Amino acid sequence: MTLLGQFALWAAFVVGLWCVVLSFSGKWQGRPDLSRTIVRSVYAVCACLIVASISLWKGLITHDFNMEYVWAYTSRNLPSAYIFSAFWAGQKGSLLFWAIVLSLFASAAQFLTARRFAHLMPYVAGVTSAVITFFVSVMLFAASPFERLGFTPADGRGLNPQLQNVGMVIHPPMLYLGYISITIPFAFAVAALLSRRLDTGWIHAIRKWTLVSWLLLSIGITLGMWWAYVELGWGGYWAWDPVENASLLPWLTMTAFLHSVMIQEKRGMLKRWNFGLIIGTFLLSIFGTFITRSGVIASVHSFTQSNVGYFFLAFLVVAAILAFTLLHTRWSLLEAEVQLESVVSREAAFLFNNLLFVGIAFSVLWGTLFPILSELVRGSKITVGPPFFNRVNVPLGLLLLGLTGVGPLIAWRKASSANLRRQFMAPVAAGLVTLGVLLAAGVRDFYATMALALAGFVAGTIAQEFTRGIRARRRMHGESLPLAFARLIGRNRRRYGGYIVHAGILIYFVAFAGMAFKRQREATLKPGESVELSSPFGHTYRFTHLGVSQYEALNRLVSAATVEVTKDGRPAGLMTSEKRQHVDSFKRPTFEPSTEVGIRSNLQEDLYIVYAGSVDGTEEAVYRFNINPLVWWVWFGGFVLAFGGIVTMWPGGGPTVVGPRHRQAGYEVSLVGAEKVST
Amino acid sequence: MSRRDLSTPLSRRNFLGLELGGTAQDSLAGRGATGTLRDPSVVGRPRSPTDARENDAQIQAIEKRLACNCGCTLDVFTCRTTDFSCTYSPALHREVLALRDEGKTAQQILDAFVAKYGEKALMAPKPQGVLNLTGYLLPGALIAAAGAGLLVFIGKRKAAVAAAAQGSVTSATTGTASPDELERLRRALAEIED
Repeated sequence: MTLLGQFALWAAFVVGLWCVVLSFSGKWQGRPDLSRTIVRSVYAVCACLIVASISLWKGLITHDFNMEYVWAYTSRNLPSAYIFSAFWAGQKGSLLFWAIVLSLFASAAQFLTARRFAHLMPYVAGVTSAVITFFVSVMLFAASPFERLGFTPADGRGLNPQLQNVGMVIHPPMLYLGYISITIPFAFAVAALLSRRLDTGWIHAIRKWTLVSWLLLSIGITLGMWWAYVELGWGGYWAWDPVENASLLPWLTMTAFLHSVMIQEKRGMLKRWNFGLIIGTFLLSIFGTFITRSGVIASVHSFTQSNVGYFFLAFLVVAAILAFTLLHTRWSLLEAEVQLESVVSREAAFLFNNLLFVGIAFSVLWGTLFPILSELVRGSKITVGPPFFNRVNVPLGLLLLGLTGVGPLIAWRKASSANLRRQFMAPVAAGLVTLGVLLAAGVRDFYATMALALAGFVAGTIAQEFTRGIRARRRMHGESLPLAFARLIGRNRRRYGGYIVHAGILIYFVAFAGMAFKRQREATLKPGESVELSSPFGHTYRFTHLGVSQYEALNRLVSAATVEVTKDGRPAGLMTSEKRQHVDSFKRPTFEPSTEVGIRSNLQEDLYIVYAGSVDGTEEAVYRFNINPLVWWVWFGGFVLAFGGIVTMWPGGGPTVVGPRHRQAGYEVSLVGAEKVST
Repeated sequence: MSRRDLSTPLSRRNFLGLELGGTAQDSLAGRGATGTLRDPSVVGRPRSPTDARENDAQIQAIEKRLACNCGCTLDVFTCRTTDFSCTYSPALHREVLALRDEGKTAQQILDAFVAKYGEKALMAPKPQGVLNLTGYLLPGALIAAAGAGLLVFIGKRKAAVAAAAQGSVTSATTGTASPDELERLRRALAEIED
């Protein structure tokens, strides 16, 4: 199968190259047969990569340890789900995963895009094929997943224990899907520039793709936070690690694009900016891949240091030069159709929102690259960790949260002072009440207080928007409250789906603020001994060590330390944290012992216990106990955000058709002044 | 810390949990109150009992500002309480305790680490010197400058648009709508667009 896989990669490379040359030569113009050839070559590349992927999966499933990749990432006793996910666990397999997924997306884009965008599609095929061909070439010339060993080991090395988690089965694919799908909007943008068809057509063509990409990236990042929390054992979910930062960067610019594109659609402004954002987002996704794979920056997530980094760096530079040069040549064709009229307008709010998104992206990029810059300038290494990122980004994040509440309250074009008063009164009151309650409750952490007060303000904005919309529907259509609520969202999915996304974001911020109040304590306990810890919500937890049990599981030797928990004196069950020594099928240790944390979660706080080890080989156990407030809300915020994203991109919607009964009744809309207009 | 009174009654659920857990998992019960483990080698590096200073908030605060040099990108406190196979962070922890025992302040301890290991010993560079200050201030300064530029730009556009609107209103008033009517219409449209 390795021969077949390798052959399929070469075939994909040749066909992909042919597609690129044909697309960019422009000879397909006026030649429908050549256009069809280009599209078919996209499908052919996809078929080749499917064959290559099946070859790799077959090697993994059949334990073909003669394949270097199979030996390096699996073992005979590895659970089936992780054998499946080992496909993307290593550098080489994940390159193939990237290529096949992009190829599927490229085919779907060709298949699903409406015929009215047919003039863009050969160029789209060219761009996607260029990216796919690049990934295939990296595999062929630097990191082939089909490389064979000179002998066949009896068993493999097994999968890193930290990757043996359900989160790792779904988190990397989600993140990859997000990263990879960014190529499709980028391809449409380049196609629009090449074809000089610079109206809003390309934006309509990519709307769903952009949302899909943003949604997948959002889910991937949230799942990554969840995996870090449950698996890495340090008690948090975001550490500003370079690879985490690399995933955040395209998300930030993509989110900026999703806002600014509304201005282009509604007002014909920001055309150049939007092209710049899409190009920047694509380049940042490649930059993230470069960071992860080059080993140029130390990260717990990085793949092994290898020379594929040079490939990505070269590709990044070439893609940046070509894309921005192309944009530059079309600069004069991208004049705004109208001009901004007022600072106090929704357009201006969106501009400031974009400024902050891009500013935060720059700040994260700057912090990520600052160690390299420092070493280049001064010759000395420095560490840029969470204290730096928090100091620089938390104020910016709070400003952004504030704008999340401000944007929807300001009218397009120009808001009058009466309009501002009417719009802002309730949300500002909600924010001030929240602030008052927090101060009265003795909360003094500045950033946490500000985050919660601003969350109150944003919640007020969202609630007001929904209340007014529902009230208007009930007045106009005589609907019941639940029906008006459902139809309000259903008929204007983009707007109200967006508000649901905002709700998800504010829930995130509330949850992040909660971590400012976390409590932790280390303790060494003999069986029967206990330790107490108070939570910020005023509960007292008592943890009693019951003992350590050792047993064998499928591919590991487990030492499980169990504690009995009481909450305010009442029994709250048992919690277990484990040390796992993974072994191969010959019981030989494969990695250093890893830790599995014990977590008990509720709406207020998480109990998070870590068994650090034992004293002198006895049951006397060293623990770390954490109480992490509001963590559950991070995952709920992710769910709300994803739900809002799905609502926004769900097909259909549109205004309610007024039935004849209502039309006869003569509904009236009050305009400013005394006049009334009958519908 | 206190020893649990084993005569304390357990709830039925916890009792069952204990008993079932015991039969399912406790393949080798310890001997006595602190029985030995069947295979101590599989629980990682042997641990020393924690002392009160492990939970000293000041020690923790210092260690959260110091980077572990094992390559984990974590701070000393987080690394030593997370990656229990790391041998660097416990050693760095002992260094912090030793410096504390010498009566050094938090800042003096941080300075001692920088003197010994270089600036990379800190989790974030000191906001001193041109490069480091640039590191801290550049993003905010750029955003502020861009924001100010945006305000000036919008202000200029606003003036241009107002001048153009003045002309169009003058010509519009020759029709049937008065400026007051136009303003009302504009507000009504703005409200509809809300």
